[in-house]
Amino acid sequence: MSYQWNWSIFSSPVPTGETTYFGWMLSGLQTTITLSLCAWVMALALGSLMGVLRTVPNKWLSGLAAAYVEVFRNIPLLVQLFIWYFVLPELLPFGLGDAFKQQLNPLTQQFLSAMVCLGFFTSARVCEQVRAGINSLPHGQKNAGLALGFTLPQTYRHVLLPMAFRLVVPPLTSEFLNIFKNSAVCSTIGLLELAAQGRQLVDYTAQPYESFIAVTLLYVLINVVVMTLMRHLENKTRVPGYLGGK
Amino acid sequence: MISIDNVSKHYGSFQVLTDCTTQVKKGEVIVVCGPSGSGKSTLIKCVNGLEPFQSGAITVDGISVGDPKTNLSKLRSRVGMVFQHFELFPHMSITDNLSIAQEKVLGRSKDEARAKGLKLLERVGLKAHAEKFPGQLSGGQQQRVAIARALCMDPICMLFDEPTSALDPEMINEVLDVMVELAQEGMTMMCVTHEMGFARKVANRVIFMDKGLIVEDDSKDAFFNNPRSERAQQFLAKILQH
Amino acid sequence: MYDFDWSSIPGALPFLWEGMKISLEITVSAVIFGVVWGTLLAMMRLAPVKPLAWFAAGYVNLFRSIPLVMVLLWFFLIVPQLLRSFFNLDPNTDVRLTSAMIGFALFESAYYSEIIRAGIQSVPKGQVAAASALGMTYAQAMRLVVLPQAFRNMVPLLLTQAIVLFQDTSLVYMSALADFFGAAYKVGDRDGRLVELLLFAGAVYFFICFAASQLVRRYQKKLNAHVAH
Repeated sequence: MSYQWNWSIFSSPVPTGETTYFGWMLSGLQTTITLSLCAWVMALALGSLMGVLRTVPNKWLSGLAAAYVEVFRNIPLLVQLFIWYFVLPELLPFGLGDAFKQQLNPLTQQFLSAMVCLGFFTSARVCEQVRAGINSLPHGQKNAGLALGFTLPQTYRHVLLPMAFRLVVPPLTSEFLNIFKNSAVCSTIGLLELAAQGRQLVDYTAQPYESFIAVTLLYVLINVVVMTLMRHLENKTRVPGYLGGK
Repeated sequence: MISIDNVSKHYGSFQVLTDCTTQVKKGEVIVVCGPSGSGKSTLIKCVNGLEPFQSGAITVDGISVGDPKTNLSKLRSRVGMVFQHFELFPHMSITDNLSIAQEKVLGRSKDEARAKGLKLLERVGLKAHAEKFPGQLSGGQQQRVAIARALCMDPICMLFDEPTSALDPEMINEVLDVMVELAQEGMTMMCVTHEMGFARKVANRVIFMDKGLIVEDDSKDAFFNNPRSERAQQFLAKILQH
Repeated sequence: MYDFDWSSIPGALPFLWEGMKISLEITVSAVIFGVVWGTLLAMMRLAPVKPLAWFAAGYVNLFRSIPLVMVLLWFFLIVPQLLRSFFNLDPNTDVRLTSAMIGFALFESAYYSEIIRAGIQSVPKGQVAAASALGMTYAQAMRLVVLPQAFRNMVPLLLTQAIVLFQDTSLVYMSALADFFGAAYKVGDRDGRLVELLLFAGAVYFFICFAASQLVRRYQKKLNAHVAH
């Protein structure tokens, strides 16, 4: 078994000639980051809303949010992705599905499906974290807000959520990391993100080790950068005198 | 000022309050005591609607608490409440704790709210701590801030729910001193507490509760010198032993 | 409106069941291996021997920072070559299932190791001290005192992770291995009924995982009630 290492492969031009294999890697990295950030914004907004609903004193609203979480948590990400990409456009009414399939270019279709899929999938996890954060606050906090004359929405806005979000920064960090890792699943619908560029490079150059090592290192790099940023955020939002804070 | 009329409450089959009836007149100080689980905390939380009740009626300043049409938030903004565990908002500085409800609920300007907060902070002797966070204060200091926070809203009456039971013994007096001062100024107060010294000093009446019932509702002197029920006698004997 | 036609599913059930068996095989093997290797990793990480702790930390952090998709790509690339050269296999032998099993097992053990480490750390330090005071070695204290307590608390988390793992096995679709999802996709593709088959696959996964997670939740409640009394 002799393998010909060739690290200079990254500087050689791709067959079509418009860039190098390194360029492919960069464009894959860019897609992974853009996709993950867009999906994260969506997951954070939707997940926070659902997390709040899970804790409100209304059986219907909290039941609805619980069902939402169960659906997105109990179907594999890959299956959800295929449903968003292959199934949903067939089922959309009023020609919306046809518009999606015919008028958008394939890259946009892939990106939108991937973003919506990752966004919903992650929002269910964010929801559970936000709920846990709110529930971990002493019950008296809510009463104290209400006793001061805040309405329930005001109590959430000024009393419960600011504290709950600070408490859930660490678990949300791990969900944030997950969204980058999960985005690799989107290579299965042909989206040219980082993992897909890695495979494409293998197909064209027969240099699998160089390609996979580069891709793996780039994922590790994303991981390190995100963790550093989130640790910074955690320090910034730390409450003086609370839970080991200074 | 506060009128509680035949109030009953149950969780499922568990009866928490049974036919509780009492009145608090303007300027009166009422102490509510009784063994743990007697329903005294629940009763006081019913007064500003933090706990719903199934039957009976409570009115505060003529407004019915149980009426679904009542704007509870508005009513609560006029009734101050102090909690066992202080419940300051840990993510806000002391100043912000004092002014947030003034601004968001009463619509006062930032400067006005801040000035009012500082004035009351000075009154409870904590002006120097205005820019600190709750976690940086001792329990007694936090509870004094919590009292100031309630007073910022210019309440028509104050509810105290075991304000000293979570405190270390050496901090109890600094809180009681503030409460005594408040009572002497004529504030209408309903206090759930075991501090019988406080009751002797400023209470007009003492209510003794057991198993969800109001067992005694008497003037301070009658309660301490001559409790009618056996349960109140036992309770007093235990609590005054030391 | 779309015309649903579910008629290709009944005939395909035996094929889908074969796929489900592959999914379950991968899940079960990865859980067993993952718990064993994960326990060893966790103990290494907590061990006083520095190189062991570094190795375990490096292993766990590496696997936890790269996507499962990448891990599987690696294993589909490397493991077949290794297996063939070690066992002198015929180059045409299908080793995809073995590769998938190994890939999942090594990947999941990193996650199991973190759960187990947290479980071990949740056992009060006084327990090890008490065991040592009775004359037990570190290994004995772990095996007889710490691990039994730790595992009891961890079982719900380990099972939840197994449900996640079961869902993740659908990713072997990338290697064209016909697990349950791969099988469903193939049938749908063949009959031009992808919409129905994908929805069917989603529903099956949902019912299995939902039921399993409800059981775990019930078990957790029982456990909590037990601890409380």
